[in-house]
Amino acid sequence: MIGVMQEDRKQRLIDPVVLDRIYAEIESDHVVLFMNGTPVFPLCAPSAQAVQILGLLGVRYKSLDMTVDPSLRLAIRDFSDWPTLPQLYVKGQFVGGNDVMRQMLETGALQSLFERHAIPMNG
Amino acid sequence: MMTVDEIMMLLTEALPQARVEIEDLRGDGNHYAVTVESPSFVGLSLVDQHRTVFAALQGRVGGVLRGLTLTTIVPPLGDES
Repeated sequence: MIGVMQEDRKQRLIDPVVLDRIYAEIESDHVVLFMNGTPVFPLCAPSAQAVQILGLLGVRYKSLDMTVDPSLRLAIRDFSDWPTLPQLYVKGQFVGGNDVMRQMLETGALQSLFERHAIPMNG
Repeated sequence: MMTVDEIMMLLTEALPQARVEIEDLRGDGNHYAVTVESPSFVGLSLVDQHRTVFAALQGRVGGVLRGLTLTTIVPPLGDES
């Protein structure tokens, strides 16, 4: 039921072409990070932290720079019902922002999530 | 920009039973480390705990409040304080 409501909200808020692109992007790799800047040159501290956490775990991921993608930059916030960047997706599912990633790293939940999805770490 | 008092007021209004700690990281009205422990978080995913705090801050996160570092804590079972 909650899932259905979320789909309604996405379709109401987001242009269908943009919505299709978001679905294509989050399913284009096992791990996808929407961020400001690139892993080499993150343009905000939260994005830098997300990059650092994924680097620490040695997870391979695809990154998308929202500073050069105006159509996705705001739509991704409506898509996930999450007001900030970065945003991490694993296997097409929204995981959270950098603070959620940090809290999950501290409890081991992030490592468990990658293990559960058979996503290689440290290599 | 937001003051510590504004953040505290919004959080305690929306989450009256919460324990809230706010650390001013830079003195620029934009960078705060906020820790919230609330019985409202019981049974919620970490993402929804954070969304609860964003909702309490009424759309300011990512807008007038740029640099929020948020940590949420679920109170231990049986702790009614």
